[in-house]
Amino acid sequence: MESLGFGILAGCALMSAFAVVRSANLVHAVLWLGVTLVATAGLYAMLGASFLASVQVLLYVGGVVTLMIFGLMMTRRHGDSGPQIEDVRSAPAALAAIILFGATAWAVVSTDGLDAPVTPPPAVGPAALGRALVRDHVLAFETISMLLLVAIVGAIVIARRKDPGGAAAAAPASAASVAVPKAAE
Amino acid sequence: MSLASCLLLAAALFCVGLYGLLARRQIVAILLSIELMANAANLVFVAFGHYRGGALGQVFAVFSIALTVAEVAVGLALAMLLYRRHGDSRVELASEMKR
Repeated sequence: MESLGFGILAGCALMSAFAVVRSANLVHAVLWLGVTLVATAGLYAMLGASFLASVQVLLYVGGVVTLMIFGLMMTRRHGDSGPQIEDVRSAPAALAAIILFGATAWAVVSTDGLDAPVTPPPAVGPAALGRALVRDHVLAFETISMLLLVAIVGAIVIARRKDPGGAAAAAPASAASVAVPKAAE
Repeated sequence: MSLASCLLLAAALFCVGLYGLLARRQIVAILLSIELMANAANLVFVAFGHYRGGALGQVFAVFSIALTVAEVAVGLALAMLLYRRHGDSRVELASEMKR
């Protein structure tokens, strides 16, 4: 029963991942990414990480996919439907991906003890996870919150709309955006 | 369902993402592929945390998710900047350091 659920979720994740990288329509690709993220959230739930499953659905599917669709609509000309994948690039890319998968799969299969049907230790609930986050790893927790703040402010600075004035007006503005991280240090 | 099957699935997802990263030309599509690869890495963290016990795997996955969200924000800002400068968002256009 468990392996059947795992097989269904894994198949969904893999099929939609292929659709993400092969779909000619980029909006469809973003929606397929949502499907593969939901399937991964199901796998998290099967692996006893219920809090992470809900975070995955809320943050990834609700946040990142929406953000991606917005980004896609703002960076595309109307009726832009050129070839998304060139065969010239596609063949070496597929070769590299297959070689990497072969190497990784060989490493997994040839390692002892990974395949043993061990009974897993008791699952870590949200309460224990929260205690681990803000008690044992509080420094990393604060650092990552600082990183999020800096990244969001940096994204605003990068994407800020400059005055329409050509290259001459853009040069001081880009110098200002370079100076901001230095000032923050 | 064992640790090995989870790791194999994560490796397959990562390699599909790698293919997209190398084959796509639009910068947003490349960001999508990076999302796939980061998602595979998170799956490895959670799988090891489940089969080895302790909260460390899930803690690392939480941090990794936060990192990925920050990366998406900056990446989309760069995509918008590229589009505004060149009227297109193919990555070949981003080959100069200043103009």
